[in-house]
Amino acid sequence: MNYFPDEVIEHVFGFITSHKERNAVSLVCKSWYKIERMSRQRVFIGNCYAISPEGVIARFPELKSLTLKGKPHFADFNLVPHDWGGILYPWIEAFAKSRVGLEELRLKRMVVSDESLELLSKSFVNFKALVLVSCEGFSTDGLAAVAANCRFLRELDLQENEVEDHRGHWISRFPESCTSLVSLNLACLKGEINLSALERLVARSPNLKSLRLSRAVPLDALQKILMRAPQLVDLGTGSFVHDPASDAYNKLKATILKCKSIKSLSGFLEVAPRCLSAIHPICHNLTSLNLSYAPGIHGNDLIKLIQHCRKLERLWILDCIGDKGLGIVASTCKELQELRVFPSDPYGVGNAAVTEEGLVAISAGCPKLHSLLYFCQQMTNAALITVAKNCSNFTRFRLCILDPIRPDPVTMQPLDEGFGAIVQSCKRLRRLSLSGLLTDRVFLYIGMYAEQLEMLSIAFAGDSDKGMLYVLNGCKKLRKLEIRDSPFGDTALLMDVGKYETMRSLWMSSCEVTLGGCKTLAKNRPMLNVEIINEDDQIDFSSDDRQKVGKMYLYRTLVGPRKDAPEFVWTL
Amino acid sequence: MERLVKYESDDLNLKATELRLGLPGSDEPEKLSSRSNKRASPEISQESKSNSSVSYGGNDEQDSAPPAKAQVVGWPPIRSYRKNTLQAKKNESDGAGMYVKVSMDGAPYLRKIDLKVYKCEYSEREGYNGSEYAPTYEDKDGDWMLVGDVPWNMFINSCKRLRIMKGSEAIGLGCA
Repeated sequence: MNYFPDEVIEHVFGFITSHKERNAVSLVCKSWYKIERMSRQRVFIGNCYAISPEGVIARFPELKSLTLKGKPHFADFNLVPHDWGGILYPWIEAFAKSRVGLEELRLKRMVVSDESLELLSKSFVNFKALVLVSCEGFSTDGLAAVAANCRFLRELDLQENEVEDHRGHWISRFPESCTSLVSLNLACLKGEINLSALERLVARSPNLKSLRLSRAVPLDALQKILMRAPQLVDLGTGSFVHDPASDAYNKLKATILKCKSIKSLSGFLEVAPRCLSAIHPICHNLTSLNLSYAPGIHGNDLIKLIQHCRKLERLWILDCIGDKGLGIVASTCKELQELRVFPSDPYGVGNAAVTEEGLVAISAGCPKLHSLLYFCQQMTNAALITVAKNCSNFTRFRLCILDPIRPDPVTMQPLDEGFGAIVQSCKRLRRLSLSGLLTDRVFLYIGMYAEQLEMLSIAFAGDSDKGMLYVLNGCKKLRKLEIRDSPFGDTALLMDVGKYETMRSLWMSSCEVTLGGCKTLAKNRPMLNVEIINEDDQIDFSSDDRQKVGKMYLYRTLVGPRKDAPEFVWTL
Repeated sequence: MERLVKYESDDLNLKATELRLGLPGSDEPEKLSSRSNKRASPEISQESKSNSSVSYGGNDEQDSAPPAKAQVVGWPPIRSYRKNTLQAKKNESDGAGMYVKVSMDGAPYLRKIDLKVYKCEYSEREGYNGSEYAPTYEDKDGDWMLVGDVPWNMFINSCKRLRIMKGSEAIGLGCA
């Protein structure tokens, strides 16, 4: 089978970097499997319970970079109890024991304790990058250990984590010898920060390209920091508040002019709009702008800012921009590829300032748009059909109408036709989130047309099992399906049980599936874990099998039921 | 296709203004109602009295005092981190003004000013340069501090009252 020596094949494999492709390559033959596994350095594990840490180490002994995801996606929205699982510690323990040469760790929705961070910092001499997204369970003490012990740290990236802030001077724990930082993202930290220690750290990090500050860093400190890092490419401001007539502010204005490389900007949780003119000079270079945590920037201040940003490729904003503001975006940002519009009032239904008009304007003005997350007041079929015609490049299309079952307000019809147009037109669509009033028909369209679909999120939609069946039968590439509050039951669940082994996971909550249905599914399927999340003791084992299950999460796995499941989680 | 909605109370006669797809006067289908009855959701916030997992707050309710719209758990689908951050920011800026007492040495009467009005200014302190007075404040710990040393937000959060001191007394507090 092999016409080349192993080293040559290994060299060729070195050019294959995507996980999917490496996985495919490893399936060709035994020899390729062996060569591939011995040379794989980056491993992606989409579900930390699909395999054990020992299993990973056994297969990929040369592992250097690990990506791990824990809790199901709906945990982001409080649908999964806190101690459900997704615990990091066993992974660090196992890797340390086997002396894995870990250099990079990227985690999403995992429970990360200070102990695990400390063990990590002491076990891997060449550790370089820690990225934590939507994690919890740690404090600044854990960060202090990482700072103190990881001598070659390049990247410390904390995104939207719940961090217990002990206000210790953890930043001061970076030794004077640490000069390797390239990326430091502290935006989610809530407590005070030792500003002079931070400034000194930046001063001795000549390779620093990305710096995102927390709100504890005031404007005058920002100025001092920028003086030390004019080479920054990505900046997140702290508190952007000062008297525009002051010396400090004028100094900042001058300093910013020196930062000619900034392409990405974020922050502004606290902002005095009168101070924004300081950043106008760098706007024309920006390719990425995240104002989704800046409720203080709105109206004309927001518009003025955006009008300077002609090169934007990625824009995250709040819906206070309004439909008119989106019109300005459409006429200004011709390079736009990704747009996210978040609600400025997260609890308000009916207060969103954007409607279908804004989206239509964007679709007409931004031909390169392929990724969308849009929270809006309302949507019409006509608008969706127009959007589908204007933009057939969508790979990610996530629409959230704040009132989850709202029909087309003009025709009072469900939004089936609109979403149908989207899936029919966007042949490369990989991720889709639905909302609004929807019948089984939309799922018929999805099953028929969404051939590349990998992830689908459904809420308050459909009429019968047929809906779910259309999707399971039609979407051959489906990997993640999450459904809440929809009338899909056992018939749909059990029609093709083999399907779930081709997927990463299925989540169903507040649907019609019964305990009996779940039990049947779990029977004789060692490759699946079917977990019932049993809050408030709704179900016990003597329960009638006909009782409906509140929350079910099933996923394929090589290692059977997990041993760390809490009391309220049953693996059937 | 109608989705069931169950209303919290009858007094507001929400049914009469309900937006539905059926003809006026037609009944609501029962099938979804049985589903939501079984699922007496413990997740609904305390304000809601209904059993349904959704309370439909239509547009036409805006003129009446809205019944506490039941917050559906996990909807809209926004990360808790984002929700908490924006909500905290909102609470801060929504505060009903921050009034502190201001006393001035030698003046018989005190005043009260709203610190929130001065969103980011320390410029009032500049006005004291060269005069014999210095603005000071008492912080949460009971210590008297010179106005202007700490970032504005820290000042706002810790200032309990202001005192405009005679220069001679303020010297000990640091450079004016």
